Amino acid sequence: MRAIEVKAPGLFTTVQDLGREGFGPLGVSPSGSADPIALRLGNRLVGNPEDAAALEMTLLGGAFLFPEGAILALSGSDFGATLDHVAVDPWTSFEARPGQTLLLGPTRSGARSYLCVQGGIAAKPFLGSASTHTLSGLGGFEGRPLRKGDVLSIAGASQPHRSRTVVLHLLSRLSPRNILRCTPGPQSEWFPESSQRLFYNSTYLVSEESNRMGLRLEGPSIPLSSGGHMITEGVSLGAIQVPGGGSPIILFVEQQTTGGYPKIANVISADLPGVGQLRPRDEIHFERVAFAVARSLLQEQEELLSSQELIQE
Amino acid sequence: MATTEHGTAQFRPASDNSLLVYFDQHISLAAHQHVAKLLRLLELQPISGIANLHPAYCSVLVKFDALKLRHDELENRLRLYLDRLDEGSLPEPRHREIPVCYGGEYGPDLAEVSDTHSLSAQQAIDLHVSATYIVYFLGFVPGFAYLGGLPEALATPRLPMPRRRVPPGSVGIAGHQSGVYPFATPGGWRLIGRTPLAMFRPDRAAMSFLSIGDRVHFTPISPERFAALENT
Repeated sequence: MRAIEVKAPGLFTTVQDLGREGFGPLGVSPSGSADPIALRLGNRLVGNPEDAAALEMTLLGGAFLFPEGAILALSGSDFGATLDHVAVDPWTSFEARPGQTLLLGPTRSGARSYLCVQGGIAAKPFLGSASTHTLSGLGGFEGRPLRKGDVLSIAGASQPHRSRTVVLHLLSRLSPRNILRCTPGPQSEWFPESSQRLFYNSTYLVSEESNRMGLRLEGPSIPLSSGGHMITEGVSLGAIQVPGGGSPIILFVEQQTTGGYPKIANVISADLPGVGQLRPRDEIHFERVAFAVARSLLQEQEELLSSQELIQE
Repeated sequence: MATTEHGTAQFRPASDNSLLVYFDQHISLAAHQHVAKLLRLLELQPISGIANLHPAYCSVLVKFDALKLRHDELENRLRLYLDRLDEGSLPEPRHREIPVCYGGEYGPDLAEVSDTHSLSAQQAIDLHVSATYIVYFLGFVPGFAYLGGLPEALATPRLPMPRRRVPPGSVGIAGHQSGVYPFATPGGWRLIGRTPLAMFRPDRAAMSFLSIGDRVHFTPISPERFAALENT
């Protein structure tokens, strides 16, 4: 099998695919890529199924040597990549010849960049997915972020390179937003109208203490009315929970499956991939939408994502 | 979208692709059995479009594919299942033994827990060992079982500041619950002991040592026995 040698791991680089859905009864959350739109498109650029395993880099990219060469594509945020010192564009497939090194730097846009490899990263699946679940140390490459000296394997045989690129004016319609649209959470009514106004009219900063489990937010704290008595219950991806201190937390891909804090709102499915691109100190706002609007936005997004016109050969 | 009711159950959308089914507003064995029965029925006869289930004390979060189902369509399908909950009986509960080395470095909060309740450490251990616990559900992280049945005399609130890292196998108390941390995770439960058993192992057929509905006993062991079991 062809290899990828990790010369530098970057800040936090893990193997991710689209995650393992369906194991909530075991307490296992899906995990998977923080920005699934980027992962799906990156995989299409190299001719992979959308759910093939790739590398997810966070804020600062790594350096990767391809002793036998590989067909590659970078998607998500621009980490200023070079291949043997020659700049390579994101959202376009390219070929690394045997012995070439891909070097990535600090982000120039959002939080995460994906390195997709034709054939996908070979990883022993855990519950049907190659996705790394770092908290439990399961899945991916030894259940952990990559380290210098790790050697990954590329799955599948080598195919000739067919150059593909994402059509940028269509891609802009899928760009991450800093206004996150939300539907009401299961305990919205526990928050008085004044708290709801505060939540929807304030600017929040993404805290440094944010990760794949959740994004902690800094900003006005949200007072809870007397409300009810909270019993631990299942929590959904993108749930915005408000602990006693009043600082909201957005539950993210490596979330706990159950939780005991009231939820004021929930980020809509169509805006969740963009949450994966939020960096510490980014400013965000929330906007309330109806369930029917959330559904049609998801449908529109999915139609665009699955369209043939989005990728040009 | 408002709450709707069906018999004793209530439906409430949690997000654009999930629906909460509540059986009660407080923890009860009856609500737990409804949770377990709905889970079992949905596992035996899956509804197309349901992606995941997150059971808890008295509710189930049903996650679905929003491109295939709407909340009201899912509700209608689930109503038919709720009407049939009493048809099937739950399997006879399994009995599981968990060996625990109590106190000292294994249970750094044992002294504080026993002091809070004016008990000796031994009395606190005896109380923890005397009870039969029931696995209400697995949640939080892989294989973490929420155990009900903690004796009232041991009920202790969570730590004011959660630990950043709880050693795997740690046995904790939070309110009226007990539980075992399968992995090194952050955690706010008061730690009274530690088990050498692996609570979650992906190389086992049943990955989680505990399943919903299991009856659990804790057995005290010595540090020597802990060391011997840890290496098996």
